[in-house]
Amino acid sequence: MSVYFTKEHEWIRVEGDTATVGITDHAQEQLGDIVFAEVPETGKRLSKGEEAAVVESVKAASDVYAPITGEVIEGNSKVADDPAIVNSDPEGEGWFFKLKLENPSELDGLMDESAYRDWVKTL
Amino acid sequence: MSREVHNGPTDETQARGTPYSGDPAGGEGAEPQPLGTLPLDSWYRARGARMVPFAGYEMPVQYEGIIAEHLWTRENAGLFDVSHMGQLLVHGRGVDVALEKLMPADFQAAPDMKPKYSLLLDEDGGIIDDLMATRRGDDFYIVVNGATKHGDIVEMERRLPGEVVVDHMKEQALLALQGPRAAEVLETIVPGASDLGFMQAGPFDWRGGKLWISRSGYTGEDGFEISVPAAAAADLADALAAHDLVKPIGLGARDSLRLEAGLPLYGHDLDRRTTPVMAGLNFAINKRRRADGGFAGALRILAELENGPIEKRVGFEVDGRQPVREGALVLDGEGNEVGRITSGGFSPSLQRPIAMGYVATALSGAGTALKLEQRSKLFDVRVAPMPFVPHRYHRKGASA
Repeated sequence: MSVYFTKEHEWIRVEGDTATVGITDHAQEQLGDIVFAEVPETGKRLSKGEEAAVVESVKAASDVYAPITGEVIEGNSKVADDPAIVNSDPEGEGWFFKLKLENPSELDGLMDESAYRDWVKTL
Repeated sequence: MSREVHNGPTDETQARGTPYSGDPAGGEGAEPQPLGTLPLDSWYRARGARMVPFAGYEMPVQYEGIIAEHLWTRENAGLFDVSHMGQLLVHGRGVDVALEKLMPADFQAAPDMKPKYSLLLDEDGGIIDDLMATRRGDDFYIVVNGATKHGDIVEMERRLPGEVVVDHMKEQALLALQGPRAAEVLETIVPGASDLGFMQAGPFDWRGGKLWISRSGYTGEDGFEISVPAAAAADLADALAAHDLVKPIGLGARDSLRLEAGLPLYGHDLDRRTTPVMAGLNFAINKRRRADGGFAGALRILAELENGPIEKRVGFEVDGRQPVREGALVLDGEGNEVGRITSGGFSPSLQRPIAMGYVATALSGAGTALKLEQRSKLFDVRVAPMPFVPHRYHRKGASA
């Protein structure tokens, strides 16, 4: 299992050809109290960079982009039902969707965890 | 994750078309202005505030979190710094008669130390700012919005006669203590303050200096606004925040509290395109003034009182969980544009999205089913009476 991070503050956990995607602790911290989340439907094919999910806090609305290309295996209905879990466990229970990985080379050049955490400190 | 596609109005008074006003294209091409700091700047930061640009200053948008701060204020007492607002002292011969040319309040008969909500109007009846004006003997103490204060001063100086002077009390800070426990807290620090009734004010002594305290606010709760010399503001904030019932509250919760209370925010729900009648602020148009006129925009405003405005400010209950924010369109059953959302967000007290906006008067009745359009998505809404959360002001003579 490997975890990758993007400069858009998303994390991607890759297990076999399944990629689980969520937003980072830094991202939820910046958003503040999250009150709404919309996740993609199973079977939807997402291209890298496409709008995949929506997350809204009291103050702000943001899009979550697909960080890689693939077909949605599952959207996390738990975050749609109880968006506050994105605040309480952003990098665990608060994941947004799972994709079937099509092109592993898209992961090249993404940050690993320590590189991401170091980079966030510079923001 | 994208950068924020649109912000709710953290900025309680910033004019439309500037960053953070809820307009995604807001501020494009605008020159960034250097931000000022307020007297409590280091006080906020020491308490972990997240700072944002607001009304030309760096200000705290939140401390522990907007929802927690919001609910704390509804149950206990929240301490807000509103020192960005403009505190003016207007004085000189005939000041009451002169102010009546610009605003629809009765200043000639205004009793001492009783704040009145009023509106600075342009000659067409559009709202230049909303404000609180209090007679202090021969003078009037006026509190205006932060983002509009410099323009207000220019406007007043231009339109008031030469013998009436507008002093900007730049040396004063302004704190607000709001919530059902505010009175018992303030009484421990400033004995006698809790004897004030809603919309009463007066001078009080504190640690050898003077405070001007008004029982008023913009949260829908009981509470106080306290004008204090800037040099003493941190000491007063410390004394208040030392109480177990008090937490510091940022602009984010200030905005969600006033939205639930149905209170309009200048630069969002009020501007020069809106009149007091459109905004549903008829209570601010005094009875004598309705009979006599003689204020800016009176012709239009009196006609709107008589015949009704073409559109009105109303509340909306939004189905589902997704917030609908400033800039969304209001549509009728056939998809025609019949209005616009001027404030919207998630109500922490009601745990649902609520919004405020303008809609054609024919469609403004409570319960009218309409749709909102935001980013190509439709939302079912009903026109709702405001406030969304009942006001709990401390009115003397009213049963508690």
